[in-house]
Amino acid sequence: MSNSHIIEVEHLVKSYADLVAVNDISFSVDQGEIFGLLGPNGAGKTTVINILCTLSKPTSGKASISGFDVTHQQGQVRQCIGLVFQDPSLDERLTALENLKFHSMVYNIPASVRKERIEQVLRMVELWERRRDIVKTFSGGMKRRLELARGLLHHPKVLFLDEPTLGLDPQTRRRLWDFILDLRRREGTTILLTTHYMDEAEYTDRIAVMDYGKLIALDSPQGLKSMVGGDMISLNTVDDQRAQAELQERYHIKARCDGGQVTFEIANGERFIPALIKEFDTDILSISLRRPTLDDAFLKLTGHRLRDEAARSELKEMVRQHGRYRMRH
Amino acid sequence: MVTALAFPLLFLIVFGSGLSGTMGMLAPGVDFSKFMFPGIIGMTVLMTSFTSGVSVVWDREFGFLKEVLVAPISRVAVAAGKTLGGATIALIQGTLILLFAPIFGVMLSPGILLKLLPVMFLVACALSAMGIFLASRIKSMEAHQAVMQLLMFPMIFLSGVFFPVNNLPPWMNVLVKINPATYGIDSIRQLVLGAQPTTSLGITVLGHTMSVGEDLMVVAAFGLVMVILAMWSFSTQE
Repeated sequence: MSNSHIIEVEHLVKSYADLVAVNDISFSVDQGEIFGLLGPNGAGKTTVINILCTLSKPTSGKASISGFDVTHQQGQVRQCIGLVFQDPSLDERLTALENLKFHSMVYNIPASVRKERIEQVLRMVELWERRRDIVKTFSGGMKRRLELARGLLHHPKVLFLDEPTLGLDPQTRRRLWDFILDLRRREGTTILLTTHYMDEAEYTDRIAVMDYGKLIALDSPQGLKSMVGGDMISLNTVDDQRAQAELQERYHIKARCDGGQVTFEIANGERFIPALIKEFDTDILSISLRRPTLDDAFLKLTGHRLRDEAARSELKEMVRQHGRYRMRH
Repeated sequence: MVTALAFPLLFLIVFGSGLSGTMGMLAPGVDFSKFMFPGIIGMTVLMTSFTSGVSVVWDREFGFLKEVLVAPISRVAVAAGKTLGGATIALIQGTLILLFAPIFGVMLSPGILLKLLPVMFLVACALSAMGIFLASRIKSMEAHQAVMQLLMFPMIFLSGVFFPVNNLPPWMNVLVKINPATYGIDSIRQLVLGAQPTTSLGITVLGHTMSVGEDLMVVAAFGLVMVILAMWSFSTQE
C-alpha cells in the first residue's frame, strides 16, 4: 500500500444472507481530499462507511486508514477517525458539555488541553452559549452541529460524514459546509462524505458514484458532468410523444420524456434552439437550456434518477435492517 | 427512585403482614415477615441488576451506542463498565431497602452489614453481567422488555424469595436448584437471619446443605461466565 493515500479500499465486499450491499469496490483517497460517495439510498454508501470506521467487518477484501487495517488494527483506526452519523448518536440526557467531556475521555485527549479544545469546537459550531443545556432540548440542526464539534474534538486525520446535512434547512446546510471547507483548509483534514444531494457533491474534489453496491464511476464533479457531453435542453410541448418522435426523425436525437418534459442533450445548445424553433412541427410551449448537472451524469450512468426513491424504498429498508447495528454469530 | 422502592416495600408489607398470620413460625425464631425481608432485598438487587441492561438497549435506540463502539476503547472495558454501573445502582437500591429493617423486626449488627454489602454487590455484578449480555443481543426496547419479563419473573418466583424451597414438587425443585438466583437469595438470607444452614430453611443440593461461602461460589462462577459472555458479545458487536 502506498503511503500517500490516507484511505485505501481494495476489492471490498459486504454481503448479507439475501443481499450484496457492497460489491467489489476499490478506491483510494489522498490526504486532505474531500471525497464524496454519491448514490441513491440503499446503494451501499453507509455500509462502506461502517466498514471503514470499524463498525462492520467486510466479507472479503480489505481497507486501511492511515496505513492501519480496519479489521486487524481497529484501535489505531478508531483513534484517527472522526464521525458524524446519519442518525444522531448523542446522549440526549446529558448536556452538550457532558457529551464532549465523555468523548474527550474515551479518545484519550490529555486533561490539560480538554477545556480549551471543547471551547474551541463549541465556539466553532456556535453552541458555546448553549453548552450547559440538555441535548434533548436542541433542534435537529443544533444536534448535528454538536456532533460535528464532537467528531472534530480529537483532531481526526479523517472525518467521515454520513449524510451530514440530511433533514437540515438550507441555511444550516450552508453553514455546516462553511465549517467543513474551512476545516480542510486550516487542518488539512481528509473528509469522506456520503450524500444524495447533488449540489453538495459539487463541493467535493472527487466523487465515487455508487449504485446497487457497485462503484460505477469515479471522477471530479467537473469530469462527471463532462460525460454528459453537451447542454441539456428541455421542451414543454402540446404533445410530448410526437415531439420525441420528431426529434428522432429530424435530428436523430434520443430524447427522454419525463416529468411532463422532453429532455435531450446536445452540443452548442444556444445555436440549436433558433433552428429548432424555425423547423419544429410540434407546437412548443417553452424551451429551457441548462448546463449538465451531476444528476444528469448520474442518469446517464445508471439509466435512472438519483431520487427514484419509491422503487428503492424496499431495498433501503432491507439494508437498514441488515446493515446497521448488525452483530455477528 | 420512589417507585423503585415502593414496589419491594409493597411486597414486604402485603405479603409480610398478610401471610405471617397463616404461616406462623417457619423455623425457630423466624416468622414470615422476617423470612421475607432478606428475600425482598435479594429480589430488589436482582431485579435492578437484571434490568440494568436496558441502558445498552437505550443507547442503541438513541444511537449513542455507536459513539461508544467506534471509540478507541476496548470493548471488554465497555462491557465491564456497563456491568459495574448496573451493579452499583442495584447495590444502592438494595441498601435503601435495608434501612427499613427495624420496621420488620429484623436487627442488623454492623458486623452483619459489613458482610452483607459485598455479598449483595457480588450478586448484583453476576446478574448485571447477565442483563448486559442479554441486552447486547437485543435490538429493540419492546423485545428487551419481553425477554426481561419472560426470564425475570420465573427467576424471582423460583428463587425462594416468597416461600421456603424445601419440600417442593420434584420438577420445581430442579428448576429452583438450577436457578443461580436461588443461591444469591440464600446467601443474603443466611447472613440477615444469622441462621445456620442446618435449619429447615437451607438449600440442599444432592444431600448437602449449602453454606454462605458455597452459595457465593455458585454465584461467582455464574457471574464469571456471564461477564465473559458479555465481553465476548461486545467485542463481536457490529
